[in-house]
Amino acid sequence: MIAYIIRRLLVAIPTILVLIIASFFLMHFAPGGPFTSERPLPPQVLANIEARYGLDQPLWKQLYDYLFNIIFHFDFGPSFKFKDRDVNDIIAQGFPISLTYGALSFLAASVVGISLGIAAAIRHNTWIDYVAVGLGIAAQALPNFIMGPILILTFTLWLGLLPGGGWNGGQWQYLIMPVIALSTSYMGSIARITRSSMLEVLNSNFIRTARAKGLPTRSVIWRHALKPTLLPVVSYLGPVFVYVLTGSVFVDIYFSTGGLGQAYVGSALSRDYAVLLGVTILYGTLTVVVNLLTDLAYAWFDPKIRY
Amino acid sequence: MNKQTRLLIASFLSSTFITGAAFAAGVHPTTGEALADDQTFTYRILDEHSSVDPQVVEDVSGAEIVRDLFEGLMNQDRDGNLVPGVATGFTTNDTKDVYTFTLRDTAKWSNGDPVIASDFVFAWKRAVDPELSSPYAWFVQLMSIENAGAIIAGETAVDELGVTAIDDHTLEVRLSAPLPYFAQMTTHATTFPAPQKVIEAHGDAWTKPENIVSNGAYVLTEHLPQERSVRERNAMYWDNESTIVDKVVALVINDENVALTRYLAGELDRTEVPAGQFPRLQKEHPAEAISFPRLCNYYYTFNLSEDGPEAFKDPRVRQALSLAVDRKIITEKILAGGQPEAYTFAPEATAGFTVPEVEMSAMTQAERDSLAKELLAEAGYGPDNPLTFNMIYNTSESHKKIAVALGQMWKQKLGVQTDLGNLEWKVFLETRGNQDFDLARGAWCGDYNEASTFLDLLQSDSGYNDGKFQNTRVDELLASAKIASDTTKIYTEVEQILAQESPIIPIYHYAGVYMMDSDVGNWPVDNVEQNWYSKNLYKIAE
Repeated sequence: MIAYIIRRLLVAIPTILVLIIASFFLMHFAPGGPFTSERPLPPQVLANIEARYGLDQPLWKQLYDYLFNIIFHFDFGPSFKFKDRDVNDIIAQGFPISLTYGALSFLAASVVGISLGIAAAIRHNTWIDYVAVGLGIAAQALPNFIMGPILILTFTLWLGLLPGGGWNGGQWQYLIMPVIALSTSYMGSIARITRSSMLEVLNSNFIRTARAKGLPTRSVIWRHALKPTLLPVVSYLGPVFVYVLTGSVFVDIYFSTGGLGQAYVGSALSRDYAVLLGVTILYGTLTVVVNLLTDLAYAWFDPKIRY
Repeated sequence: MNKQTRLLIASFLSSTFITGAAFAAGVHPTTGEALADDQTFTYRILDEHSSVDPQVVEDVSGAEIVRDLFEGLMNQDRDGNLVPGVATGFTTNDTKDVYTFTLRDTAKWSNGDPVIASDFVFAWKRAVDPELSSPYAWFVQLMSIENAGAIIAGETAVDELGVTAIDDHTLEVRLSAPLPYFAQMTTHATTFPAPQKVIEAHGDAWTKPENIVSNGAYVLTEHLPQERSVRERNAMYWDNESTIVDKVVALVINDENVALTRYLAGELDRTEVPAGQFPRLQKEHPAEAISFPRLCNYYYTFNLSEDGPEAFKDPRVRQALSLAVDRKIITEKILAGGQPEAYTFAPEATAGFTVPEVEMSAMTQAERDSLAKELLAEAGYGPDNPLTFNMIYNTSESHKKIAVALGQMWKQKLGVQTDLGNLEWKVFLETRGNQDFDLARGAWCGDYNEASTFLDLLQSDSGYNDGKFQNTRVDELLASAKIASDTTKIYTEVEQILAQESPIIPIYHYAGVYMMDSDVGNWPVDNVEQNWYSKNLYKIAE
């Protein structure tokens, strides 16, 4: 197990390195630069600015300096757009916000999704099943960019119950709509995966054995059926966790949360190279780590899996 | 308690405690309107501002904040006229190349230090210093201050800039060329003073709320990037007694429809109206939906460089395309926000600019259409030899609608085939700047309120002339306008040449289209540059 983790981490390093290098070149090859503007800067001013940020160096040198500063100083560079902040500042300020929304959405999507799925499977072909499946499909059909406007019109404009956006130190009123918008469609998918997985498990031989030896339904479900049911769900939850963090781009922009999504999209549009690259590395690393955790979780859910 | 007693108490309170809420529950000293208890003004900004450092800020929303936090030599009133700021006034010599400003001795920084002439000297030198490499260094060059260009280029020492503190309250500026409107330029953020000690102590981080020291009517108290920035009244401001609004909150809301919803839910006092929604909002909220002219134009430019299409080298083709544009459909059906149709390059709202009579503006659309057909046929284009070209614009819902409408108009009226290209902003700038297009969208907002801020764009050697229009007569006229006492004739001739040659297709001139809560008093709708100061606003009791 330990050896497996170490092996995986060693593979992760070149993966992230490739990600950095590919993003670095893609970014620099995109037309326009951080200081391209409608009012072209006089050549001297442009030269001064480029020298200040090292953009006058050849690309390989820029990449080398960039990697050097990350590895030895954990410094992801300055923002070209926001003079009083560097990339570390921007991530330190925005990521906790995105993480809060993301984690809450993940929790909401998995708890509600799994519960709905289990309820539907246990009461297969009853009204509970139909309602749960109906809700699941409806939720799946409502991506966050549809949910956002619906929620804001309902709760902010018509009912006047919730503020239409902002963060305000993470007060609960400000969290509700973004979390619903972000979690709904995943909730639907999780419910459907759980339901079909549970139905399959309930029809398998070891469950029939458990029932045959006279175990009450409750124990059959909780002690025997739940773990194998969750195996396919867990493999879906891993990517979902990454999606709710990166997918918060829309929610961050739509609800003006001050989260990292806004900074990410803004940096791509303004060619704020260091910010763009910094957030890409963060998201990339997160994906690698979460994938590893998902793989490790398999072993717990399925004793047949050994590392 | 009658109004007078309340006013007395209010002024007593304000002079005694110099704290916020002096006017709360009072009445406005000149209009007599009852003032709201909560003097907070909340408005939407489209995007996070780049900085609140006066010498660094480069975007409109940043400059709005900087105008509240810092005060320059001169300010603008609600009509855009020059009024004293830190300076009580100025004198100039006969040749208008030396300006001397007298600074008031009551002006203070928010830490209590006096604002002195050397604070301006420090700031202006900072603006041109290659070390800072300010994106607005060019503005100081535009102000014609002695040696500015050479310092920016790194050829001369920063200390050679033509600005001197004669004493603490006298600032002398020497110009390399006479500039009659120099004082107007000191209302621009780049020229605001900067606190040397604070900048030296904190470096780039000096603009964070915990470090910043400013000399305007407000101080920065909170900043959550991409979410909000809050400024509150500055007790040290020399005219703090006259300030009514206590707190100003700028909320970053990228999506204009969300912003409108939040406005309608009462979260905002001001927001922009999305294109096309003005008529509905005006009907439903007549007191809140407002539209007024702005100092900006919207046009399409032909690529007249060597890389441009052969067809566009013929002025008849350019004129035909311009004539066939039904501007009324664009302003009334697509934008619907009270934008004026444009037949000239400079907007009518420009100070001292009389819109010249150009032939096209006097014709009916039917007359224009038939003339367009004639001209295009004369140029050799018709059903057998259809004109085709590409047109590019940057990503935006309304730019797209306008481009589609233009393409349709040309297709239906003239049988012209257009190929639309929607480009992301930076790609668009690069493509247009490299003359890699046939027809491209353009827009310009005046840097100062004088027609040359627009017309200079079409000078042969202008860096902003992406269509590469070359006309020696236009160049001569524009050069002569710099020193002329009456420019009306000159600008009229320039616009007439532009109408004849049609290097650009003027479409419309901008309007400020806002939803503004009716309890916001004194919004400067007549200031076409929209240089507004929170200290002049007030909230009326509802």
